[in-house]
Amino acid sequence: MAETQIKNFTMNFGPQHPSAHGVLRLVLEMDGEVIERADPHIGLLHRGTEKLIEYKSYLQAVPYFDRLDYVAPQNQEHAFALATEKLLGIEVPPRGQAIRVLYAEIGRILNHIFNVTTFAMDVGAMTPVLWSFEHRELLMEFCERASGARLHMGYFRPGGVAFDLPDGLTDDIEAWCDIFPQCIDDIESLLTENRIFKQRTVDIGAISVEQAFDWGFSGPNLRAAGVPWDLRRAQPYDGYENYAFEIPIGKHGDCYERYLVRIAEMRESVKIMRQAIEMMPAGPVKTIDGKVAPPKRADMKRSMEALIHHFKLYTEGYNVPEGETYTAVEAPKGEFGVYLVADGTNRPYRCKIRAPGFAHLQALDLLTKGHMLADIVANIGSLDIVFGEIDR
Amino acid sequence: MDPALRELGEHIATVFPREVLRWSAPLDELRACVEREAIVSVLMHLRDDVNCQFKQLMDVCGVDHPARSRRFDVVYNLLSLTHNRRIRIKLETDEETPVPSVVGVFSAANWWEREVWDLMGIHFSDHPDLRRIMTDYGFDGHPLRKDFPLTGYVEMRYDDEQKRVVYEPVKLAQEYRRFDFLSPWEGVQRVLPGDEKAEPANGDDA
Repeated sequence: MAETQIKNFTMNFGPQHPSAHGVLRLVLEMDGEVIERADPHIGLLHRGTEKLIEYKSYLQAVPYFDRLDYVAPQNQEHAFALATEKLLGIEVPPRGQAIRVLYAEIGRILNHIFNVTTFAMDVGAMTPVLWSFEHRELLMEFCERASGARLHMGYFRPGGVAFDLPDGLTDDIEAWCDIFPQCIDDIESLLTENRIFKQRTVDIGAISVEQAFDWGFSGPNLRAAGVPWDLRRAQPYDGYENYAFEIPIGKHGDCYERYLVRIAEMRESVKIMRQAIEMMPAGPVKTIDGKVAPPKRADMKRSMEALIHHFKLYTEGYNVPEGETYTAVEAPKGEFGVYLVADGTNRPYRCKIRAPGFAHLQALDLLTKGHMLADIVANIGSLDIVFGEIDR
Repeated sequence: MDPALRELGEHIATVFPREVLRWSAPLDELRACVEREAIVSVLMHLRDDVNCQFKQLMDVCGVDHPARSRRFDVVYNLLSLTHNRRIRIKLETDEETPVPSVVGVFSAANWWEREVWDLMGIHFSDHPDLRRIMTDYGFDGHPLRKDFPLTGYVEMRYDDEQKRVVYEPVKLAQEYRRFDFLSPWEGVQRVLPGDEKAEPANGDDA
């Protein structure tokens, strides 16, 4: 028999693929069913957010952050608000901080519900999505009641939050906190000990601690590798130091443990939400500095100064003193950082967005090398990738 | 200044007396400007030294200052989990001079540097795979430069006759609006019409 030449097979995965979680084009070099090399092509959703922000006032830049990681919008706004506040040197009143913590945790649960269940769907389990998206819908209703928008809240603004919570909302959130753990139990009963799920995820895409550091991992993906690192604990912001919560970690950093860490984090988030509601202080929700936060509607009817402040804020905005900061928050996907350079005008000179998914996707080649084609889907799902933030 | 930050700043300034040009810690964030050619050795030291342990490179980005002769800043944000500390390393470069790539020190730098190259047009020498990453295949220009217009140069549409997507120069129905927010009472530098013959007031304008 003549000797046959075996050639590697190059394959396109995406840009339109249901388990690519957005517009990811993967160029895969395959040796039969085994992946030799994965080259992710990103940027298909690039909208030039950073460039656009340079032409907007600080307040106008806030909605762009919603549209980065659109699964958990409020956490992105949080980073920008904190960065701007740091440059401005203003403090958010305690009630504003507590509301932010409450909604940041809502964002975390929104994200983890979405990720865990779509990940399960990628590896073949349909039911968790159907069960848990009901709760996602309830959470979005809470967002709507606070800000008027279900998804893109535009609620965390430099200086605090946009409005105070309406009456009765915290009671409803507390009631939801009572029923939600049952939903997590249900998801776990379907997945955690599920033979098929474990076969698809255990020891797939494992990453060691050294590799995780080298590739800039953060958030649940880093914790699953066994590093107890959480910015809420290590570099607390907005009063996170006053909340009691655990940091779940894994041991092997494979897909299965990334899933387990997210499940455990949801339970911790519920705990934090309860504490935030319990400890919710009274008082203003945004800074009382009229140069940064708009006045109350009622004041504007009577006070000339309030009217001027309002006019100035919504036309010119406020000038941020010259300086630069790198401020990061523990977003559901990992460390979401904003490197903000201010030049003393009312617009950011440069606003670099450090998206956690960018670093995670970069390691996809490392994670999938030598795995089977079907495992790439499990890897993408467990890394928690959303193209809004990667492509910016 | 936080004494720990001061200690760290003095430490790197002693280890790299020539390479570290200046360091400071405004807003309690340590930043150091280094010589461009020294970036690999500086980051290597920051990663491996016991007193530093900056094991993670969180971000690399470029900042454009068109007025300067070396117009670009390249900014490296590092994080040390052991010491719970951050540091920001900056260097300056221009359009031509390449910056040594730090992919050998931190693998994570690969895509960050590709992004800086794509959006800012800063070259990195010895980068294993310096392709564009964010912009379209075949894109021309570097959009995050300050002299790149916000609207870009080309727009894209689907041409029904050719049955494919075509690029055309940007046609704007209305000029893109940019407001001059500088208040005439605070920031204005130019001479207001009618003022040019006025006497300079007691040497204020000199």
